[in-house]
Amino acid sequence: MIGTALIGSGHLVRLALRRDRILLPIWVLFLVGVTYSTTTALEELYGTQQSRDLLGITANANSAFLAMLGPLHDWSSLGGLVVWRWGVFSGLFIAIMAMLVVTRHTRAEEEAGRTELISATVVGRHASLTAAVIVAGGTSLLIGVLQALALIGKDLDPAGAFAFGLSTASVGLVFTGVSAFTAQLSENSRVSNAIAGGFLGVTYMFRAAGDAAGESGPQWLTWLSPIGWTEHVRSFADNRFWVLLLPLVAFGVLVGVSAYIVTRRDVGLGLLAARLGPPTGTIGTPFGLAWRLQKGSLIGWSLALFAVGVIYGSVAQAVGQMVQDNPTLGQIVSKIGGADAMVDAFFATVTQLLGLITSIYLVQAILRLRSEETSFRAEPILATPVSRWGWVASHAVFALAGGALVLAASGLGLGLVYGVQIDDVGTVLPKLLGAALVQLPAAWVIAGVALVLFGLFPQLTAVSWAAVSVALVLTLLGPALQLDQWMIDVSPFTHVPKYPDITFGPLAWLTLVAVVLLAAGVAGFRRRDVTT
Amino acid sequence: MTSAISVSGLVKTFGPTRALDDLHLDVQTGEVHGFLGPNGAGKSTTIRILLGLLRADSGTARLLGGDPWKDTAALHRRLAYVPGDVNLWPNLTGGEVIDLLGRLRGGLNKARREELLERFELDPRKKGRTYSKGNRQKVALVAALSSDVELLILDEPTSGLDPLMEAVFQDCINDERERGRTVLLSSHILAEVEALCDRVSIIRGGHIVETGTLADLRHLTRTSISAELAGPPGGLADLRGVHDLVAEGNRVRFEVDSDELDPVLKQLVSTGVRTLTSQPPTLEELFLRHYEDAR
Repeated sequence: MIGTALIGSGHLVRLALRRDRILLPIWVLFLVGVTYSTTTALEELYGTQQSRDLLGITANANSAFLAMLGPLHDWSSLGGLVVWRWGVFSGLFIAIMAMLVVTRHTRAEEEAGRTELISATVVGRHASLTAAVIVAGGTSLLIGVLQALALIGKDLDPAGAFAFGLSTASVGLVFTGVSAFTAQLSENSRVSNAIAGGFLGVTYMFRAAGDAAGESGPQWLTWLSPIGWTEHVRSFADNRFWVLLLPLVAFGVLVGVSAYIVTRRDVGLGLLAARLGPPTGTIGTPFGLAWRLQKGSLIGWSLALFAVGVIYGSVAQAVGQMVQDNPTLGQIVSKIGGADAMVDAFFATVTQLLGLITSIYLVQAILRLRSEETSFRAEPILATPVSRWGWVASHAVFALAGGALVLAASGLGLGLVYGVQIDDVGTVLPKLLGAALVQLPAAWVIAGVALVLFGLFPQLTAVSWAAVSVALVLTLLGPALQLDQWMIDVSPFTHVPKYPDITFGPLAWLTLVAVVLLAAGVAGFRRRDVTT
Repeated sequence: MTSAISVSGLVKTFGPTRALDDLHLDVQTGEVHGFLGPNGAGKSTTIRILLGLLRADSGTARLLGGDPWKDTAALHRRLAYVPGDVNLWPNLTGGEVIDLLGRLRGGLNKARREELLERFELDPRKKGRTYSKGNRQKVALVAALSSDVELLILDEPTSGLDPLMEAVFQDCINDERERGRTVLLSSHILAEVEALCDRVSIIRGGHIVETGTLADLRHLTRTSISAELAGPPGGLADLRGVHDLVAEGNRVRFEVDSDELDPVLKQLVSTGVRTLTSQPPTLEELFLRHYEDAR
């Protein structure tokens, strides 16, 4: 039975590799390349043992660092520093890769009706899922092995190098399984990606909360997170390979359950059955339609970022306390302004991170324009008296105003929880709400880039994700990689005033840049052919 | 009579492909105009230029007296469009889509909407993703036909409809004609165009190769005749306009140019006719001839 159910998997693997012949090498190159360049940068930055010792003390005492990057287990070796600086992000990125690849070759194919075409040929029931799992899982393993080889190439301990590389690969495997599962749930590939992405967010948040919690807090949270597992491997410090059994089991269970669901459901349908709806409609404007299409994502993102705000807000007080508990650290910190300055620096980092995450939402909202266009759903709308400009605006407003809502939700979570903890909601809430909202103009610039691509270079619209990735890497890793300042300046988030010193100059010109980009995008779309 | 659509010298290229090549098209107000051609001939490209979705490289296009690229919104108030490949939003019901498109066009006729839903046997409560291709097509048709507009632009609107629904569609178009609306009906289904259209334009390779009323076009077609005669057929082969003659004893089969029927029939009658079947010229043949020329 299993034998026949898998017939044709090989052909489908080749089909997937052919379709992804550009995308996959870029992912591999990116994840391996950053591993290598991070190692080179850290080697120069922390050349002496003295500087590494200092980093060891501060990194593990700083909640912002702990929440964002996790603990630094081993600062005696260069490898330990690489794991600390890059491990969590390496896991995040490979998870996104696995998620996109699996959904693209399973649910998206099914939704487009191409699976039907394939299923009618000599192809087993499980072939499609198997092929997607092989491609995503195989790419994960390849990335892991190449990362290990890159580290060995820098003369690092081979055991630690493989512990690190396989840890990265393990996150890829788990999210291959997660997306294989979410692809079975909904008939809509967007929804299955959203569920898997939400799970990735929770995964990151659990380990962030667990790592930042300190001795007395709920550190066990990290054991619930596939990214947390990679931290528990303690690459270069202890190389606990046995921890990798957890992701392997998770991968096996998730793929097994997904394969079981495949045998129980019809092609094209999900587990969640479609029901009848209203026979008449109330939608009568392009904005009404955009609201219907985008509200789910807007509400989901707002709730998710509110939750992120709550988690970071609840950690902030510990940041201050840690300084008071640790006299050595207290001395260092008092030079830069004491515990309050630490908390401020923490919020500056966190709000910047929130801004970067929100820019993902903005791009997604803008790219809806392109997916409406290429699925020919824009065509009947544009054949009514709706102007091109009105149609673009109906979706763009979700990026621009919706982005404000998402950021406000995160600032609200941050301010409410921290305010309640230090018993001063009245002062803290408006300040942190403001600190979150000042990220908006920078996020608008990213949305502007996406709209320019959509309007002027529609075939390249997906490159918008590169803009988000570049901003993320430059802002979060740029300083550590010791990139030239002009490169770091490319990210709009570099120019956002740092909490608590809010100045309006940069905000004004960032807004201006965004407006120019948005206007250019709309003008481009009004002049070009609608894709047919 | 004025022109609802008048296109001349239209050129549109996509990279190296020349989709439209000096296209001329004229649709009179109040007529049902067939726009006939094989797949890839440029029908949809022409329609999308008329809708202002694509911009022509050169040539002029006038629609209801306006410029389809510049006066887009004002013109769209006066027309309804049914695309050849209807894609619906997966989580909107058919009824919601019909009402949305109707409202965007400035309102639709409620009574007519109900009547059309019944005639097309369409359940408006289903979600977009659960409709078959034919039912998606019906959603777009109901939305377009229940709008009070002057011009209907239909791009292969019956693809996916079964023969019963095809008949319903033909009734609806005849109703529209009586209401005095102009219809541009693109199709590669010849029987449909033959049944519905006052005039036909045939497009091939981005160029209109033939245009006129069905009667105008008939002179280009041939009637097939098979007959059993009283005696051996003589002299038929020498007549003008007779093609593919096959004679077996007293039986003959041949095709004759439709405007040469008279002398041919006289010749048959002079021999004596036992049985006679004649098949009227179809657009099919006309179409095939143009299509084959293209090969």
